[in-house]
Amino acid sequence: MSKFRKKDKGELPAISTASLPDIVFMLLFFFMVATVMRDSTLMIENQLPSADQVEKLKKDRTIFIYAGKPSEQYKQFGKEPRIQYNDAFITVEDVQSSIYQGISEMNEELQSKVVVALKVDKNTNAGIVSDIKQELRKANALKVMYIANTKIEE
Amino acid sequence: MAKRAAPEVNAGSMADIAFLLLIFFLVTTTIEKDKGLLRSLPPIDDTEYEPPIIKQKNLFTVLINRNNQLLVEDEEMPLKDLRQAAIDFLDNGGGTNPAGQSCDYCKGERDESSSDHPDKAIISMKHDRETTYEKYMEVQNELVAAYNYLREREAERLYRKYYPEADKVFTAMLEEKEKNQFSKDEVLNERIETIKNLFPMKLSEAEPDKN
Repeated sequence: MSKFRKKDKGELPAISTASLPDIVFMLLFFFMVATVMRDSTLMIENQLPSADQVEKLKKDRTIFIYAGKPSEQYKQFGKEPRIQYNDAFITVEDVQSSIYQGISEMNEELQSKVVVALKVDKNTNAGIVSDIKQELRKANALKVMYIANTKIEE
Repeated sequence: MAKRAAPEVNAGSMADIAFLLLIFFLVTTTIEKDKGLLRSLPPIDDTEYEPPIIKQKNLFTVLINRNNQLLVEDEEMPLKDLRQAAIDFLDNGGGTNPAGQSCDYCKGERDESSSDHPDKAIISMKHDRETTYEKYMEVQNELVAAYNYLREREAERLYRKYYPEADKVFTAMLEEKEKNQFSKDEVLNERIETIKNLFPMKLSEAEPDKN
């Protein structure tokens, strides 16, 4: 028995964890700087298609429109692909007014350079996208960006 | 009174608090990574006019059916061949542009039955309402890639001397323009325009049939 107890004699002092908060704070600041607040909750499935000829999106002049099947939590809205703007589902007819609303909330000098970013689930049909595009043409918001995941070029 | 050493403050919970904040930020924020294909839609034109007559040989038709199959120039084609087919079509240079100049920078086969000039060559794309968005994007991507490839090639030929280190010359030029967006660089803008005019992006989309 005493054989084992011997080891305890030269007890090590407790490890100082004083620098742990510093490390965590560093991580925290990194995340605060590198990320942005999520502005809307997605009510749809949103798996983006992939492409390799992508350009960067300028966030300040962009209006986001989402489309896809309602996700698991929102399945009371049916299985057909729906369009989402901000936090609510909208119909195709509402796209125009949503765009106008989005533009009016924007910085004045950027209003003429508005880009509409379409985040569409890759498994939806392309028909809903052309419906949206038709509405965008009516609203005279002619620049669209199909958001995609970057595929690594072979 | 004798000065007593200040007792050490227990900072053990500080880490917990910081972790809590960190987790809060992890959950509520996203890292910006949005990228995509930028395209312009045609404006709605109410004026009635006769659409210009486009010779069939200057038109490169891409159809996607509801089963995601590709029909290119009336022949079925796998997606992987589309990019090269589009490049061959655009780069053909079989005739002259509206001003009567022949395409002296084209490296294509100068096939009489394919496009006359990059200026006249139009890619027309049509899809079904039931086509999946994924397929639609893949096709768009290939077509844009064809234009980008040719523009990159011309930029390489014309402006390599200004960008000896760049990996891709045209991309480097666009990036430089992006950087100097507040101080307009006329020379650079002109060069970019030149490249764009050599291979103007004439990619039209027909509306899918209602059914």
